Amino acid sequence: MTAPDRRGWLKAMGASLGALWLAACDSITRDKSSYARLASAERLTLRAQRAAMGDRRALAREFSPAEVSPNFKANGSVNPDDPAYVAHQEAGFADWRLVVDGLVERPLALGLDELRAMPSRSQITRHDCVEGWSDIAKWKGARLGPLLDRAGLKREARYIVFHCADNLGRTADASGRYYESLDLVDAYHPQTLLAYEMNDGPLPVAHGAPLRLRVERQLGYKQAKYVMRLEAVADFAHLGRGKGGYWEDRGYEWYAGI
Amino acid sequence: MVRKLLVRRHSGVTRLTHWINVLALAALLGSGLQIFNAHAALYWGQKSSFERPWLAIGREARGDEVVGVARLGGLTLETTGVLGWSGAPGARESRAFPAWATIPSWRDLAAGRRWHFFAAWVFVANGLVYLLSGFAGGHIRHDLAPTRADLAPRHVWREIVDHARLRFPKGEAARRYNVLQKLSYLAVALALLPLMVATGLTMSPGFNAAAPWLLDLFGGRQSARSIHFICAALIVLFVLVHLFMVVASGTWNNIRSMITGRYAIEVEGDRP
Repeated sequence: MTAPDRRGWLKAMGASLGALWLAACDSITRDKSSYARLASAERLTLRAQRAAMGDRRALAREFSPAEVSPNFKANGSVNPDDPAYVAHQEAGFADWRLVVDGLVERPLALGLDELRAMPSRSQITRHDCVEGWSDIAKWKGARLGPLLDRAGLKREARYIVFHCADNLGRTADASGRYYESLDLVDAYHPQTLLAYEMNDGPLPVAHGAPLRLRVERQLGYKQAKYVMRLEAVADFAHLGRGKGGYWEDRGYEWYAGI
Repeated sequence: MVRKLLVRRHSGVTRLTHWINVLALAALLGSGLQIFNAHAALYWGQKSSFERPWLAIGREARGDEVVGVARLGGLTLETTGVLGWSGAPGARESRAFPAWATIPSWRDLAAGRRWHFFAAWVFVANGLVYLLSGFAGGHIRHDLAPTRADLAPRHVWREIVDHARLRFPKGEAARRYNVLQKLSYLAVALALLPLMVATGLTMSPGFNAAAPWLLDLFGGRQSARSIHFICAALIVLFVLVHLFMVVASGTWNNIRSMITGRYAIEVEGDRP
C-alpha cells in the first residue's frame, strides 16, 4: 500500500471503531438490565462519600455575605397552579399547615409561626444544579432534626418523604407531583432545614414559598420546594414510580451528593 | 547485517491497565460531553456568573438563519454543524456537542451521569492498580523517570528535532522510551489524570463536606468545573498526538507490543 492509501485506511478504521463504540454505548443505555448494572456505582458512591466524610455531620461549605448571588436562578416549578396552593398563596399562607405524619408517634400540623418558633439555623450555602451551575444564597429555617424529634419517629422509620404542591409533569394519575426523600443521616444533619427565609426576606414563591427543603450536601433537585407534608416511611416503593423522588423516577440518582 | 529482534516491551499490568483505561476514558469523555451539554457554559469562582461565562456554546439567529456559536472570552466563532447547532441539514438540533460525540447520542443528562460515575469508578480502580504496581514494581522509576543524561538540554533538543522530522530511535535505543515519551507519559499519569479525579470530586457537594480544602485548592466549584473541562481537552490532545506517533513510528509493531508485549527492533550483526 502507498502511504496515502494506508493513511486513508487507518482513518476509516479509526472512524469505524469510534462509531461502533458509540453504537454499543447507545444499545447498553437502551437495554434495561445492562443499563441497570451501570447504576451499581450509586451505592458505591454513597458509601464511599459517607466514609470519606468520617463524621456524618461534616458540614457543607458556608460562604460570606459578599458571595451571595445577585440573581439566584429559579428552576423547576416557579409558580404552582394547584388550586389549594393558590388559595393559600392568596391568603398569605395564614391558614397553611405543614403536616408531619406517617411512622411518627405524634402527627403534627404546624403553621408558619410555630415553625418559626422551632430551633432554627441561618446559613449561606451554595446551591448546585444537576445541570452544572451554582448559585449562593442565605437561608433561614427550622432544623429538620428537632422537628422530627417533636413528632417522634417510630423505630421502623427509615426515610422522610417530602410531598410538594407543584406538578412538573402534567399527567392524569398525578405522577407529575413533585416529591423527594432523604434518609435519616441527611434528615438529622445540622444544616438540613425547612427554610422559610431566603436572603433575609420571606421565601419568594419562585423559590418554594412558604417552605422549602435545604439539604446542603446534595444537588438542587433534592431541595424540594412548596413542601406541604412530611411523611416518615420504612421505604418509598409505594410512592410515584418507587424511586424516592420526582427526578429519581425519571432516571436520576436517589443519592445526589455527586 | 540488519535483523529483527522481538524484545519484551510492556508488562502484563501495563497492557491490561492501558486497554481498560482506553475504554474508561472513552466512556468518561462521551458522557462528560453529555453532562456539559446540560449547561454549556463555564465560569471561574465558587458560583456561576451567568452573564459572564469565559466559555459558552449555543446558537443564535443571523437574519433568517440559525448558526451554532462558540464564545471564548470576547471571541465568537461560528460552529454550525459541530458546536451549538448540529445534525443533518434540515434536521439540526440545539446542542453544544453533537450527537456523535456524546454518550448516549440523544440528549439525556441522567444517562450521561450514570455512565460517567460508573466509568469514573472503573477509571479510578484501574488507575490505582497501575500506580501501585508502577511504583512498587519499578516501572515508573526504571522506565518512565528520565535519567540525568535524558534531561541534558542538548539531548532534549536532539529528541525534539528528531520527532519533528519523524525520525525515531532504532536498534538498542528503541528498547527504551525516549525522553519526550517519558515526560509526556509521566505528566499524563501523575498530573493530568489525577487532576481530573480531584477536580471531578470538587464538583461533588457531598465530597465538598468531606474535603473542603479542595474548594480552596481550585478556587471554587465552578473553577473546578472549568479546570475539569480544560484537562479533558488536554487529554484529548494527548491522545491525538499519541495516536499520530503510534502510526508514524510503526502502527502494527506498536499495537502488537501493547497486546502481546513483544516489540520488534532492528539490530546489526548476527548475534545481539
